[in-house]
Amino acid sequence: MPEQYDLIIIGGGPAGLTAGIYASRRNLKTLILTKDIGGQASGASWVENYPGFDKVNGYELMQKFQKQAEKFACQFKYEEINKIEKTNNHFQVKTAHGNEYQSLAIILAFGKTPSNLDVPGEKEFTGKGVAYCATCDGPLFKNKIVAVVGGGNSALESADYLSKIAQKVFLIHRREEFRGEAILIERIKKNPNIDLKLNKTVAEIKGDKFVKSVVLEDVNTKAKEELKLDGIFIEIGYMVDASAIKDLVKINDKNEIIIDESCQTSLAGVLAAGDVTNIKFKQIVISAAEGAKAALTAYKYIQDIKGTKEAIFDWGKR
Amino acid sequence: MPEIKLTSANFEEEALKSTTPVLVDFWAEWCGPCKAMGPIMEQLAQEMEGKAVKIAKCNVDENQDLAQKYEIMSIPAFKIFKNGQVIEEWVGAQTLDGLKSKLEKII
Repeated sequence: MPEQYDLIIIGGGPAGLTAGIYASRRNLKTLILTKDIGGQASGASWVENYPGFDKVNGYELMQKFQKQAEKFACQFKYEEINKIEKTNNHFQVKTAHGNEYQSLAIILAFGKTPSNLDVPGEKEFTGKGVAYCATCDGPLFKNKIVAVVGGGNSALESADYLSKIAQKVFLIHRREEFRGEAILIERIKKNPNIDLKLNKTVAEIKGDKFVKSVVLEDVNTKAKEELKLDGIFIEIGYMVDASAIKDLVKINDKNEIIIDESCQTSLAGVLAAGDVTNIKFKQIVISAAEGAKAALTAYKYIQDIKGTKEAIFDWGKR
Repeated sequence: MPEIKLTSANFEEEALKSTTPVLVDFWAEWCGPCKAMGPIMEQLAQEMEGKAVKIAKCNVDENQDLAQKYEIMSIPAFKIFKNGQVIEEWVGAQTLDGLKSKLEKII
């Protein structure tokens, strides 16, 4: 018989961890199934806009969320999910390693994962020069030649950061203009250590044991050029991997889970919160709040199933 | 059994000359996903207690010679050493079950 819970939360980032705090404080037997603690937020060197903290390391902030959830008896298992199925009044969660768990309600809060370029050589050289986290791997490319691919804030920030460590940084972007904060764009354009490669896409990543070069293609002229380098940081944004839930709930064209103002998805008993949803802004504080909303909605749903008459919410009785 | 802390000073003794396979997690303070692996590695070490495998961590910032020798270019990086040789390696954060099933195959 699979382990039984009131609520299973998929994902351990700001939304999932906050949902865990709220649900456990409502005495729901709660399990968080997650690959890691903090998700994207853990990768932030510094968070300077989370209220109450002047400046805090992303992972440290997320650890505080986790400790708080554990304090209220929220349980954690570090597993990846494969499939969620509805059976009568239960949801059955199957993990990649064949474990099964059951619950009355589910909160989907597994966020986004970095997008791939999908070009020859990318997979082959991942960890051998192809990287997805400048703050993690940047220091390993001291005095080397690197490239950053992308045109948004995360690409600009990565290029700025790497320009202080690497010998030279190429910034490869498929358009003429960057999407990003004006201050950051100015800083990048003035930086003598950053060489802009605009209107270019990456056609191929080449190397032997490690990355040695990338082949660029001009989007207009289709002309190709080869850049010799040691590392390439791919910062082209994030996507939702909806493979485990696409048959369970409705998603939009970006694979984001469609929710209403109470975090309810298209299937009763399944809530969703944070970056994995169609909520517009992707911020730690917003994901945390969405996680709280999802937990309170789940609480109400579970109370109704169990037939408990008096539902108590954080804003009082109703 | 807590994870073994590997340094340039003890790497040969603890990892290369080990009679049992050693899983090494190469990490650094500046790397969020590496730190997120912290509790997972701790739990892995507990669950592997008594089995013929060692669980170890190596800080690449404090041991740059080892980072260079083992050509670490992305962290967290995981390598399994057996008889002084790397027999398996991956990069990027791993799940507890993922690591466990990989270890169970070799012990």
